[in-house]
Amino acid sequence: MGSEYLLETHSLSKEFRGFVAVNDVSLRVKRGSIHALIGPNGAGKTTVFNLITKFLPPTSGKIFFDGIDITREKPAQTARRGVIRSFQISAVFPHLTVLENVRIGLQRSLGTSFHFWKSEKTLDVLNDRAMELLEAVDLASFAFVTTVELPYGRKRALEIATTLAMDPELMLLDEPTQGMGHEDVGRIVELIRKVSANRTVLMVEHNLSVVATLSDTITVMQRGSILAEGPYIEVSKNPQVLEAYVGTADE
Amino acid sequence: MPPLKMNAVAWGLLVVAGLAAPFLVYPVFAMKILCLALFACAFNLLLGYTGLLSFGHAAFLGTAGYVTGHTVKVLGFQPEIGILAGTATAAALGYVIGSLAIRRSGIYFAMITLALAQMVYFMSLQMPFTGGEDGLQGVPRGKLFGMIDLLHPLYMYYFVFAIFLPGFWVIYRTIHSPFGQVLKAIRENEPRAISLGYDVEKYKLTAFVLSAALSGLAGATKTLVFQLASLTDVHWHMSGEVVLMTLLGGMGTVFGPIVGAIVVVSLQNYGANIGEWVIVITGTIFVICVLAFRRGIVGELAILFKR
Ligand SMILES: Nc1ncnc2c1ncn2[C@@H]1O[C@H](COP(=O)(O)OP(=O)(O)OP(=O)(O)O)[C@@H](O)[C@H]1O
Ligand SMILES: [Mg+2]
Repeated sequence: MGSEYLLETHSLSKEFRGFVAVNDVSLRVKRGSIHALIGPNGAGKTTVFNLITKFLPPTSGKIFFDGIDITREKPAQTARRGVIRSFQISAVFPHLTVLENVRIGLQRSLGTSFHFWKSEKTLDVLNDRAMELLEAVDLASFAFVTTVELPYGRKRALEIATTLAMDPELMLLDEPTQGMGHEDVGRIVELIRKVSANRTVLMVEHNLSVVATLSDTITVMQRGSILAEGPYIEVSKNPQVLEAYVGTADE
Repeated sequence: MPPLKMNAVAWGLLVVAGLAAPFLVYPVFAMKILCLALFACAFNLLLGYTGLLSFGHAAFLGTAGYVTGHTVKVLGFQPEIGILAGTATAAALGYVIGSLAIRRSGIYFAMITLALAQMVYFMSLQMPFTGGEDGLQGVPRGKLFGMIDLLHPLYMYYFVFAIFLPGFWVIYRTIHSPFGQVLKAIRENEPRAISLGYDVEKYKLTAFVLSAALSGLAGATKTLVFQLASLTDVHWHMSGEVVLMTLLGGMGTVFGPIVGAIVVVSLQNYGANIGEWVIVITGTIFVICVLAFRRGIVGELAILFKR
């Protein structure tokens, strides 16, 4: 199976009308690792996610997933390769039930997603699997609740369950603990650790204790460029990194 | 009441009311409601369940009407062939307009559909086979399957009802299908649907073509009812009216557009003798609805029953 690196970007850049949001970023994410992408606000982290998942076309540079050049693919196509992202703002389907949310992730595997003449009851075969996934994120008791009614932390958990439904090889999490209370953060950290057992995770995270506990490798970005890279202990001692964080008074 | 039970009751009511209608009101009036209700339900599949506001749906209603009128009157085919031809044309037109419009979203989508529908309107005005300002008049209803004389109001009514019910059922089924689930997901959060591997443009286009085809079915049937295909049905007023009916009855509710169609058509019919005022009244009701009852009549009722 492929090389040591599941995801590689080569000199990835993105300009918005002359403003360089991502500048010459070469990222290598090891298969099976948890890789954190950190940096002050506006560093370009979300933009990197948007590039990797093809939500934005890069101005220049290339993206390889499992050795395959995916630079020119459409977002849904890349998703079907097993690159599934979450969003910085919670990404659920608010007026569907919690169970239905997860089923949307499972449903494509049935190959009936264009069948408008079939009853939605044909989707019930997915319920067991959906309940398992909800169980895994502690949401089984909410299965029939309309998603808008969930508290924020639970919505983030549901998002992870839906992402897991795709059985992704690479999970991209954009600030999974943002806006959460202390307890919820602990739960999400446990969850990420659990689900990362047999897959690769690339995550953006502002909470440095979460980063410290979870990640194998850290990439620090600042003003669109990579500032430092390595394990937490190394990176956290890097004077440039310290300056970047103190300098912008972030966190 | 649980939603499933509520749906069953609504279906029962619909069938009973539909069967009894021609004995309670003028058949032509009832047929007009059925045609416009089907039109509004088809429109709601896009607005209410896919989150796409088309402002050019009259193009499908009207074009199907012309094609049906032409097929029956000029080419001399039987009514069922005429309706099939009209529906198929509307589906094809839906594919063309849909392909051009779905690349955009929100207000741009609405504007593109409006612009393309206006082109259809001007073509209808200019082309010889539509009869221009006069329209296609005296379209014969003919004999269904060469046997049943549709000039008889009751036969015609039940023929229309027999078109409406399966048409409505297709919409109902689409909403409650695996495909419908994906549509709702797209409506709720399009980027998320993409990130889960769905080619949302293909789903939107399929929904658009379905909606156009069913709108065409409504327009084709309407032409046989009134024995007329005219510019009214391709005019942007009609595109606006279907938005009105859907919002009034409750967008994103299965039965709402039917209620909306009943209200609007009744106002137009019974309000006809008070002249211009009907426009003011419809407008006022619309404003009240939008401000006070955002979910529309059926939407608000559903909330009441849930309590
Ligand atoms: N679509 C866009 N058009 C123009 N500028 C953009 C666009 N998206 C992002 N930017 C700009 O690019 C820069 C990087 O934004 P990005 O969202 O990637 O930062 P981030 O590192 O995710 O920040 P945060 O920690 O606040 O989420 C910002 O200055 C932002 O204003
Ligand atoms: Mg961000």
